[in-house]
Amino acid sequence: MDLAFEIIISGLLIAAGVFGIVGSFGLLKLPDTMTRLHAPTKATTLGVGGVLIASMLHFWVLENTLSWHELLITMFLLLTAPITANLIAKAHLHSFRADEKTSPTGSDRDWATFEDAAVEQQPMITGSGKNQNT
Amino acid sequence: MIEYALTFAFGCFGIGLLCNLYRIFIAPGVVDRVLALDTMVINIIALLVLYGISTKTGMYFEAALLFAMTGFVSTVAYCKFILRGDIIE
Repeated sequence: MDLAFEIIISGLLIAAGVFGIVGSFGLLKLPDTMTRLHAPTKATTLGVGGVLIASMLHFWVLENTLSWHELLITMFLLLTAPITANLIAKAHLHSFRADEKTSPTGSDRDWATFEDAAVEQQPMITGSGKNQNT
Repeated sequence: MIEYALTFAFGCFGIGLLCNLYRIFIAPGVVDRVLALDTMVINIIALLVLYGISTKTGMYFEAALLFAMTGFVSTVAYCKFILRGDIIE
């Protein structure tokens, strides 16, 4: 029984290591900042999640002490990763707007962070390439 | 068997830290440096938890939790500074 759990824990640790190195390598490999934002926020959160689940299983099965700290860390990371990614993307767009180097949005609307908050915006129909703004 | 998997994971996250360090020193813009610092904090959390597994003590989880909180707050503060030129207005 312990052997099965050891295999599960080892598999989780190896998967976490692979995800972690892919996330950090993507930071070097990908061509521009918006794509570079994608690699660490997803892959590294999966990596840390794998390590934390492996640690929880390890202490529960092999040491007989169940600890809830790992779940707390996992929940905190899953809550904060999208917020930091959103803020970094916003900072990137605003620092590039001054140099006229923002990438195209793919429709006639501008990026949402530059739009006038006082003007009521209609929801955009995606896929058709047009919007319902009159 | 767990020892070998632990060594592999230590190596992977260590190489990841080196990648982040390279990106902090050589980056096209300041936003990439903030992103690299955020990734570095996440990798260090993983390393702390791995060290806790290898020494079989639960003492390092509090350190990892503190790292997660300070990392989040520092990233938000950096982004606010880039966006507004000030952190608390």
